[in-house]
Amino acid sequence: MKPAILEMYDKRPRTLVRNTILFVLMAVILVWSWETMDYGGINENGAVVARNILDALIRPNEAWLFNFTATGTSIPLLMLETVAIGFLGTILGAILALPFAFLSARNIVGPVMSNVGNTIISIIRTFPIFILGLMFIRVTGPGPLAGVLTIGIASIGMISKLYVEIIEDIDKGILLALDATGATRFQKIRYGIIPQLTANFISTAIYRFEINVRNATILGLVGAGGIGFTLIAALGAYRWKDAAAALWGIIVVVLVIEIISTKIRSKLVSGE
Amino acid sequence: MNEKQKKRSTGDSESERLKRPRPVKAFLDRLAARNLAHRTTTLSNGATIVRPFSWSLTNSLIILVIFLFFWDMIVGAYFDKYDFMIFVRRIPNFLNILQKMWTEFDWSYFDFVVDPMVDTIQMALLGTAIGAVFSLPVAFLASANIVKSKIVSGVVKTILSFVRTFPTLVYAAILAFIFGYGTLIGVLATAIFTFGILTKMLFEVIETLDLSSFVAIEATGASKGKAFITSVIPQIMGSFLSFTLYSIEINIRSSAILGYVGAGGVGIMLDENMNWRRYGNIGVILVVLFVSVLIIENISRYLRKKLS
Repeated sequence: MKPAILEMYDKRPRTLVRNTILFVLMAVILVWSWETMDYGGINENGAVVARNILDALIRPNEAWLFNFTATGTSIPLLMLETVAIGFLGTILGAILALPFAFLSARNIVGPVMSNVGNTIISIIRTFPIFILGLMFIRVTGPGPLAGVLTIGIASIGMISKLYVEIIEDIDKGILLALDATGATRFQKIRYGIIPQLTANFISTAIYRFEINVRNATILGLVGAGGIGFTLIAALGAYRWKDAAAALWGIIVVVLVIEIISTKIRSKLVSGE
Repeated sequence: MNEKQKKRSTGDSESERLKRPRPVKAFLDRLAARNLAHRTTTLSNGATIVRPFSWSLTNSLIILVIFLFFWDMIVGAYFDKYDFMIFVRRIPNFLNILQKMWTEFDWSYFDFVVDPMVDTIQMALLGTAIGAVFSLPVAFLASANIVKSKIVSGVVKTILSFVRTFPTLVYAAILAFIFGYGTLIGVLATAIFTFGILTKMLFEVIETLDLSSFVAIEATGASKGKAFITSVIPQIMGSFLSFTLYSIEINIRSSAILGYVGAGGVGIMLDENMNWRRYGNIGVILVVLFVSVLIIENISRYLRKKLS
């Protein structure tokens, strides 16, 4: 072989030691985690139940699934309510996140304030969705309004975190260019800052909307509206066909929303 | 269909239809012309500039209509039933709970929280690891540039989007009936969820990979497998590890509530204490959760920074 090649071969990245350490570390963590597994709950019924659930998924309760009227249990209406909770919650969260984001962006308030703001955002994010749900139920009583408020507050954390990243990425060159044209302060904000933020902000909100609709499907568990209550009640009573109808409702709606959201977001990012 | 309608729908010939006045189209045409004039500016040197058409007004209107519809459906319906003042008077209930989490805070409860919290973390770690192991090969199956068959990758992608529709909690609720209550279902539910999102993130990266190095190594006489391991795997290993770490962050949060459907961990205690209105205990759990998440997120972020 040519010496040049041998020389390059000699300079190849040597990652064996690093990889071994990483591998051992991961193995230790996994073995340690494995001790949590308890198989006590497994019994012979499980296989039967699994079969029944799969059967039900193929033949769900069609009377519920295609009931578009307000009488009786209607999966379409429950899913509409679920989407409504996700939608209103996202708008609430996206608006509430604005002050948090601007007050935690390093390039606006400086490093000290930014750390304080980020800590507050983390604290809000710690509240599990069910705890928030139960707290809001004490205000509104059980129902979808509690769900809207829950989703709104629960999404502040992630939305404002992503907003902060967008704000910190602002291109200041554009502001200098506007300065050179003699733009006023208001014009600089209107034509220099807002256009840089809106597309990404909206894209963030739409992304969170997808997650929020998924979250809204489980809020019913604590009585905060949406399809979750119907699903859990059907599962608890071993009514697999009813549960399967609810599951299909979730599948269809979440898939459609994901497709639409991906389309809109790719359009927003590419600048149409 | 009655006689009159039938006549109208069948009596129209092509020429008649063309002659009929079309007020809506005329109106839209006029609107478009007005808009174009509005967008056109003539500069002092005679050049005309046409600003591109903006959909933002139309889009805002659509959003507004959807918003009002949903608002009426939930908020409107609520205040039809209940008085607004009742709502206002009950807002302090929310703040009271927050306050009690603080004032009734009792560190002695900490000893009861440690074990379930460790369970929660273990569920999240193990579930993420299992999901990650399965996601790597399936991500290759879903990548159109690797399997070369649009049908295979399309089918795999469709199945994956089905898997991704349910949140972890729904999986846990269903699995509880198959495997019984316990941490096992928490691990499995987390694994399925992680598998879903991780595979998606991975195949999006794989599909943008530059495969020329694969071809180049193959041209030196290496077998397909060898070429794959030396050219493709190193390119995505960084993303794979970083996405896995990111999933751990998500999973720690979501596994904290899995106890609600019997999956073990700290969720059971949240449920119990919320029912007994022992908000001080909730406060302790939340602090432990906050600190655990903070530690794990910081480790994960540090490792991810090192990886990139």
